[in-house]
Amino acid sequence: MADISTSQITYGGEFGDYFKLLKPRVMSLVVFTAAIGLLVAPVSVNPVLAFASILFIALGAGASGALNMWWDADIDARMRRTEGRPIPAGKVAASEALQLGLWLSGVAVVMLAITANFVAAALLAFTIFFYAVVYSMWLKRSTPQNIVIGGAAGAFPPMIGWAVATGSVSIESVLMFLVIFLWTPPHFWALALFVRDDYANADVPMLTVTHGTDATRKQVFVYTLILAPVVLALGVSSIGSPLYTVVAAFVMARFAYGAWTISRRTTAEAEADNFKTEKAVFRQSLYFLFVLFAALLLGQVLNAYIPLEWPEVF
Amino acid sequence: MKDDAIKERQARNNVWVGVTLVAFVGLVFAVTVAKMMAGHNMEAFDHVYRPQLEQVE
Repeated sequence: MADISTSQITYGGEFGDYFKLLKPRVMSLVVFTAAIGLLVAPVSVNPVLAFASILFIALGAGASGALNMWWDADIDARMRRTEGRPIPAGKVAASEALQLGLWLSGVAVVMLAITANFVAAALLAFTIFFYAVVYSMWLKRSTPQNIVIGGAAGAFPPMIGWAVATGSVSIESVLMFLVIFLWTPPHFWALALFVRDDYANADVPMLTVTHGTDATRKQVFVYTLILAPVVLALGVSSIGSPLYTVVAAFVMARFAYGAWTISRRTTAEAEADNFKTEKAVFRQSLYFLFVLFAALLLGQVLNAYIPLEWPEVF
Repeated sequence: MKDDAIKERQARNNVWVGVTLVAFVGLVFAVTVAKMMAGHNMEAFDHVYRPQLEQVE
């Protein structure tokens, strides 16, 4: 856990440093997926309440990010990718990150219960617990399955957004959860392939470190194959549409092709072109999720204007 | 670090904290108005029994 010396931090950081503790880039993905989950739900929500709810979901995600940075400050300091974070950079004390994380967690959960409902608030509380305790404190340093199971934390936001509108969990929100849950391993392992040394230096048992890069390359492809039916199943659920299904089939095929290309490459080939394919697939995986969820919403909007006969299996 | 620089940074941070708190108050006000306009019940039981909060069949 965090044992970064705080002796040099006497004056506190800038406001922006505290904001960075909330992992703004992760928050933007949380805002996006939670908003889609809320908007595609069959119950309409007052715009002010919807805005406030999304804000508190994002705040909860940010709080878990601060708790993660507090706990992982020691390994963050040993990885090039994370050494510039506020705690290892000496801008914010680890204890400040802990306090910020705990306070914001409480505020976010209580306020979500007030603006939305107890189901959404309970899901948010569980998400924070899962990311901070189950993933950061337990799985991350103990098993190469860390991001497979830990991916659940990032998969909850659309389910929480759906719960804000409906007050419940249903097959549609579970499918949205599964899409992000199964997308996380190939996304992170594509990253781990080109920052492998970082994880090895920090003694984080990433799959690339424990099982080698060849096994990781195969796993990236295997997980995209498991992901494909779930992505397509969402298309024939009550929130699916022809537009979503066409877009999903296209981006899924592209992602799977990228993963297949990764699985066919050797480490020597990757090093020779400075991990060009791995970096491209990692970027592509980010667009994949964005396009998929945008298509889900656009498909619904289009359905409202041009209703088409479409099978509804789930 | 010089005292002036520290005070300047603290003043800047205080302004940001102030802006955040005012925004939070504004948001809570907006949420309250939205809930009241939607007909939500703004009262709840406390230490005293309040018959007007009983559900009428």
